[in-house]
Amino acid sequence: MFDLPDALLLARIQFAFTVSFHFLFPAITIGLASYLAVLEGLWLKTGREDYMNLFRYWIKIFALVFAMGVVSGIVMSYQFGTNWAVFSDKAGPIIGPLMAYEVLTAFFLEAGFLGVMLFGMSRVGKRLHFTATLMVALGTFVSAFWILSVNSWMQTPAGYAMNANGQFISAGSWIAIIFNPSFPYRLAHTLSAAYLTTAFLVGAVGAWHLLKDRANPRARLMFSMAMWMAAIVAPLQIVLGDLHGLNTLEHQPVKVMAMEGHYQSHPEGAPLILFGIPNSAEGRVDYAVAIPKLSSLILKHDLNAPMQGLDTVPAADHPPVGIVFWAFRIMVGLGFLMAGLGMLSLWARARGRLYEWKFLHRFALVMGPSGLVAVLAGWITTEVGRQPWTIQGLMRTAESASPLAAPAVAASLVAFVVVYFAVFGAGVLYILKLMAKPPVVHESAPPNIPARAAGTTPAVALRPDALATE
Amino acid sequence: MNVDLTIIWALIIVVAIFIYVVLDGFDLGIGILFNTFEGGHDRDTAMNSIAPVWDGNETWLVMGGGGLLAAFPLAYGLIFSAMYAPIIAMLLALVFRGVAFEFRWRDPAHRGFWDLAFTGGSLLAAFSQGVILGALLQGVAISERAYAGGWWDWLTPFSLLTGLSVVVAYALLGSTWLVMKAEGALQRQARAMAWWLGAASLAAIVAVSIATLFLSADYFKNWLNWPNILWVAPVPFLVALASVAFARSLKAGREVAPFLLTLGIFLLCFIGLGISVFPYVVPGAVTIWDAATDRSSQIFMLWGTAIVLPMILGYTAWSYWVFRGKVNADGYHA
Repeated sequence: MFDLPDALLLARIQFAFTVSFHFLFPAITIGLASYLAVLEGLWLKTGREDYMNLFRYWIKIFALVFAMGVVSGIVMSYQFGTNWAVFSDKAGPIIGPLMAYEVLTAFFLEAGFLGVMLFGMSRVGKRLHFTATLMVALGTFVSAFWILSVNSWMQTPAGYAMNANGQFISAGSWIAIIFNPSFPYRLAHTLSAAYLTTAFLVGAVGAWHLLKDRANPRARLMFSMAMWMAAIVAPLQIVLGDLHGLNTLEHQPVKVMAMEGHYQSHPEGAPLILFGIPNSAEGRVDYAVAIPKLSSLILKHDLNAPMQGLDTVPAADHPPVGIVFWAFRIMVGLGFLMAGLGMLSLWARARGRLYEWKFLHRFALVMGPSGLVAVLAGWITTEVGRQPWTIQGLMRTAESASPLAAPAVAASLVAFVVVYFAVFGAGVLYILKLMAKPPVVHESAPPNIPARAAGTTPAVALRPDALATE
Repeated sequence: MNVDLTIIWALIIVVAIFIYVVLDGFDLGIGILFNTFEGGHDRDTAMNSIAPVWDGNETWLVMGGGGLLAAFPLAYGLIFSAMYAPIIAMLLALVFRGVAFEFRWRDPAHRGFWDLAFTGGSLLAAFSQGVILGALLQGVAISERAYAGGWWDWLTPFSLLTGLSVVVAYALLGSTWLVMKAEGALQRQARAMAWWLGAASLAAIVAVSIATLFLSADYFKNWLNWPNILWVAPVPFLVALASVAFARSLKAGREVAPFLLTLGIFLLCFIGLGISVFPYVVPGAVTIWDAATDRSSQIFMLWGTAIVLPMILGYTAWSYWVFRGKVNADGYHA
């Protein structure tokens, strides 16, 4: 009655499903919180009402995304124990404190100030309210810091020792644990990805409303801001991604072999496989379209640098190549498309056609979800690429799971799938409805804010101070 | 001087769980009672009274879980895999009620559905928490460092009793919160509910207390052996005293006292649980010292906690202060 392999696979699917769903929300809130802080800051500085209108427009979407992020995040913090009890026991002394710091320094900051940010404008005045907005944005950033430190430690463990119980413990320096080799690269790459995700969502909403009414000054404003982000951050992200890849090559070479589809070693320069179908049974990429020696040039900066392939690694330590290979290509392809849109927008801006060029708007609209897809593809690349390990080289996924019966995990997996699609599906629908409405002159506050603070009276629009004194 | 950091960490976790229980307790309680409130004004008011704080309240749940992982990793894995079904049920229930806060405003056409999700989610989350408490008290099968029982072990008459008790007690907290925050018809309704919820809670406390005594010889000994009985007798005595004061304050039409007295009764129940269970974290099987994390981890976290926790308590208090006073359907009085 006890079928462990099945239970293990089910637990892995459940974790992948819940964490993928969850990460979509912080990917948005990290960027959106900063965007809201920028909008409110610019409003305070310039007094231009459209900044506040955009703030009110996006804070309604932020509130929805944040709520979904909170509830799906609580699931994650308990799932380590329910499904990965052995991992929790063994790695707890290392990852536990980092996650506790995340709760202490980030979650409480976000949650404590979120209420004031959403509902408190009329109660605390605008400067204190701006402080609350900044604290929420800071909280999302600090949260990313700690959780990415945990994840990076699992990818590139450092600073650990083992105790008599077989637990990983600190060898002395917590700095060595927190700032493990892959952490700085992963942090930069992930934060930049979150900013891009938000920029392309905001850009797509702006583009949608420009296509319907190119004179709407608020649609223009958000589109312009988003395109600046695309033009600056997308190329930067390609550089950060390259640095992250080089770091992975140094510390997790097997993952890079899977990303590149390098089943065979190439002693005299490895080709860059653009496309093809990885065939793990035969150990080759079928129908490969490859550029000779380019992979060696990119990864080693030398056309003839030798590159080892999966043939140098025991089969039991291979990750599933196909998934990693494809996820990596989706991420990179979208990254270049994003940078392309950014460049096009610069060109349009230089010609004074940023708000008139319909092709650009349609392109931006289609690219709206590109950040979310790229973020998921990136996580799939790095997490599946670490397999068969939960802690690279030290603890196998198969040794990490709770001793649960397969029917229990199967039942919970079905429940998660049904509830997540129903609940978060409804949430996405509500967000799309909000996005479909054009940002208007007197943008209403979230609906459960007192009418007086909603800024629906012309007096507030004329005199921003009125908000603070009410 | 060699301070026992394990005791300190056990205290921190217990305090975090207690703060969670009373804070999310009152907003889960309002959720449990939600569908008995009149649609429109009353429901909007009840919702508004907790909307700015529920998220912060629920963060203490993450603190309790995350803190357990950090300070007692063995217990975290053991307890959560042993309580698999009720924990998953609690998490899914919290998903429903958490999103209902936003969704009911966004979708007036389906507000009835999201109100039901809010009530159902709150009820199931509270019930699951009570079941987890009961299942933990009755003991967990363990071999080596792993859970060794089946996936229905948690289900017993005792765990159902504790599940029901937590539902009733949370509802009591919710009703007294509304006595404090609401006015008019809603306040009158909350006051009427607080009467019978108070009586039901007292009955639940008595029932769970007596049943607990006969679960294990340890519990019996901790309470009734001489001279322990001298030290622990004030707990039930104070519960009785607080209950009388609670009834008098409700009768006298007081608005804040019933809530505070309910908090006091919760605290006493918590102390009572501590007396039963100490020094175990998994009763009868794993002590806090068996489960404790490495000393270096304890010290590293203690620094952060000592500095940050007072700040958290500070701005949490500030946030409650910002939203003090009576609430109505439109939001907060300025």
